[in-house]
Amino acid sequence: MADRTNRLGLEITPYRGGKTTLCAGCGHNAISERIIDAFFDLGIDPRRVLKLSGIGCSSKSPAYFLGAAHGFNAVHGRMPSVGTGAMLANGKLLAIGVSGDGDTGAIGIGQFVHLMRRNVPLIYIIEDNGCYGLTKGQFSPTADIGSVLKNGVVNDLTPIDTCALAIQLGASFVARSFSGDKKQLLAILKASLSHRGTALIDVISPCVAFNDHEGSTKSYAYAKDHDEPVDEVSFVPFFEDISIDYDPGTTTEVKMPDGSRLYLKKVAEDYDPTDKLNAMRVIHETARRGEFATGVLYIEPDKADFLTLLNLVDEPLATLPLERVRPGREVLDEIMESLR
Amino acid sequence: MVRHLGAALARVWTLEPGAAVLYDEPLKLNTLRSDLVFYPVPFDKIVAEVCKDAKLRRLVKNMIYDGVLSQLLGIELAEMERALRRQLGKKVKAMELNLAALHAGFAYAEKTFTKHDPYWVERMDKTAGMILVEGNAAAALGAMMAGVTVVAWYPITPSSSLPETLISYMKKYRVDKKTGKATFAIVQAEDEIASIGMVIGAAWAGARAMTSTSGPGISLMSEFAGLAYYAEVPAVVFDIQRVGPSTGLPTRTAQGDIVKAALLSHGDTKHILLIPASVEECYTMAMAAFDLAERFQTLVFVMSDLDLAMNTWMSTAFTYPEGSIDRGKVLDAATLKRIGEWGRYRDVDGDGIPYRTIPGDDMPSYFTRGSGHNDKGQYSERPDDYVNNMHRLARKFDTARRYVPGPEYLDTPGAQIGIIGYGTSHWAIEESRDQLERETGTKTAYLRLRAYPFTPDLAAFVERYSRVYVVEQNRDAQMLSLMRLELPPDLIGKLRSVLHFNGLPIDARSVTDEILIQEGKKERDAVRAPVSAALAAGGE
Repeated sequence: MADRTNRLGLEITPYRGGKTTLCAGCGHNAISERIIDAFFDLGIDPRRVLKLSGIGCSSKSPAYFLGAAHGFNAVHGRMPSVGTGAMLANGKLLAIGVSGDGDTGAIGIGQFVHLMRRNVPLIYIIEDNGCYGLTKGQFSPTADIGSVLKNGVVNDLTPIDTCALAIQLGASFVARSFSGDKKQLLAILKASLSHRGTALIDVISPCVAFNDHEGSTKSYAYAKDHDEPVDEVSFVPFFEDISIDYDPGTTTEVKMPDGSRLYLKKVAEDYDPTDKLNAMRVIHETARRGEFATGVLYIEPDKADFLTLLNLVDEPLATLPLERVRPGREVLDEIMESLR
Repeated sequence: MVRHLGAALARVWTLEPGAAVLYDEPLKLNTLRSDLVFYPVPFDKIVAEVCKDAKLRRLVKNMIYDGVLSQLLGIELAEMERALRRQLGKKVKAMELNLAALHAGFAYAEKTFTKHDPYWVERMDKTAGMILVEGNAAAALGAMMAGVTVVAWYPITPSSSLPETLISYMKKYRVDKKTGKATFAIVQAEDEIASIGMVIGAAWAGARAMTSTSGPGISLMSEFAGLAYYAEVPAVVFDIQRVGPSTGLPTRTAQGDIVKAALLSHGDTKHILLIPASVEECYTMAMAAFDLAERFQTLVFVMSDLDLAMNTWMSTAFTYPEGSIDRGKVLDAATLKRIGEWGRYRDVDGDGIPYRTIPGDDMPSYFTRGSGHNDKGQYSERPDDYVNNMHRLARKFDTARRYVPGPEYLDTPGAQIGIIGYGTSHWAIEESRDQLERETGTKTAYLRLRAYPFTPDLAAFVERYSRVYVVEQNRDAQMLSLMRLELPPDLIGKLRSVLHFNGLPIDARSVTDEILIQEGKKERDAVRAPVSAALAAGGE
């Protein structure tokens, strides 16, 4: 096969990563594949990308995509702070963080909450399987009520819905998908790459070792049967001619900050992803039916991101020359005079 | 002005003979000792006369004290009024009330007291050119001059005024004049874990990054500190020490985080500490900390304390930093050509310090991780990779001994014993050395440590004297414990401890007495009993 190149003239190799050490059939591997596709298709230079993660099966995956990018495997549940700091240092880079449901919903819930509030430009993927795979299957905070561990322990606690939580916290891009839905996940990832602000993508990703049994909403069989798309997502990058033919009566167009377009074909009646209250209603209603709504659930494309709010200079703070970060002698003299 | 009876009693017992005590009459402090000069003042009675509103009396009582004091010390009333006007000039009612209290105190002293003590104030020009500044403001200034670009912090006493002062300086002096945009990002994080996380993320991506905190925050940062050590990320942490353990005495001073900061995190972890003793060192060490952090690609802790950080100290004016900053070993095209193959953790130069690359700089990328890695930064659980890496980190720490600020050494001809101190203990030690020589002819040499790891000066100093007293403001002789880890047994045998940890800044008398007791020149009971009795009587 002749090697395909993208608009940067790059082959797919620098977008690939090391060989996965996760289980065969793990949903996380499928997600890594879609990330590779999305970055390759959009022609994003991997050397301008920061890959971040916490700890857990999910957090191992940045080693399996975008090998040419810089990566940072942080401590458990604290990827948001490391990502925030990195983006403060160099807002020209593009950050993608991968977390899990335990890394986000349990130990990392505090940092998750504040990342959403700050709207730091960063794609935040939760590889959500409802359990702790790396430590052999304990419940995570997204585990279903009534689900049963192999040793018979039953989960009695209400799961956290990270998407509903994120919307409430003021997140500006919130989506949910399923690791096995190649088309939808790819379109959502591409859209998130054009979003300026935090893009939360919760991806249901079955754990084949510990949580793929009957009755688990995070199993393949369940997810395939109960995935209720609220919209069918298509994404057109700003550099491509728009040639998709959508029926205007059933399609919403969302203009992204960089000029690209996100098309949401309304499978559900009148789904408007900019309507926050409706998004919350849809999430809770589908959950009550034992289903999960997928697609771009909520988007606020014009919300100011954290770097804009901080009014930073255009150049990366990391590489400002000394004369721009050390005030002159007259400044020290002035301060000394004020202290006399 | 001491408000609590117990504290007042203890204070009276520790005064030098001949000292003057100005106190609230009902406390009857004059019954405690006969070798002091007492000036009793009926504050409640005087305040009732000048302040009709009972609710406000508590607020103006201190001005009566100031009035009495100015009369006793011979400070011109006009100067007192001028100072008061500078504080309250625009608040007419408050000004009137405070002036009345000041005058009432002055008048009371004039009519009541005959001066029996030898203390007075007179005009001099010894402060010409000097500045008055708090340690936290000095450190903030140093950080700005070091070119800090990312700061993340969480409010905690006694650290908060450092980032807050930094914010005010940066808003004034670090905003681009043309565009009005900031050359810095300062973030109040959700907690100390997020603070250090942001700092590590920013530093990894190439920023000069820092945080500032105190003991509880240091404890929370422990896990991330290990990551920064092992993944080799450069950043600066200001630890403004307060009294622990736990919440402890949050508004009191201590040097209680020395061991914790030096070894912060699990596994074999070591950090560089800088220990300022003066506001000037808060300024210079803030700058040095950034250079050292980037030179050694690791955390550097600046171990200030509440006494230094929040109190106003006099100092000579700070000087402008000469020369450039040290950003350490950052890989560039020329270096890459010279060294051939690059590996993130390869010890190319034999000093344990590898070359790093910064995201976005077009040099090779790498995967930063807290898990085991080989010299290329790849995941590895191989025993030899682990051991080699840990040995290299130890070698790097040894290299740091040549770069950290060395101790200050003061000898006295004929000195038999040595004193080692650090940080704010310095001021009490200086005075204590005078007392020791004046009172008992005990000549001492002095070594003031300014950093960890120790430089070879430490062993040389201990070698030179027959007994060496290590003065610290903590219970467990923390710095001495770190010395025990490195000094040979014969030198460890010479070390003794002088410890002060009651939350108040260490004083010269405590140092002097303890040294004299251990030297066999004073009885312990003669020093301790009266103070204990006084505290018991005060019920505190």
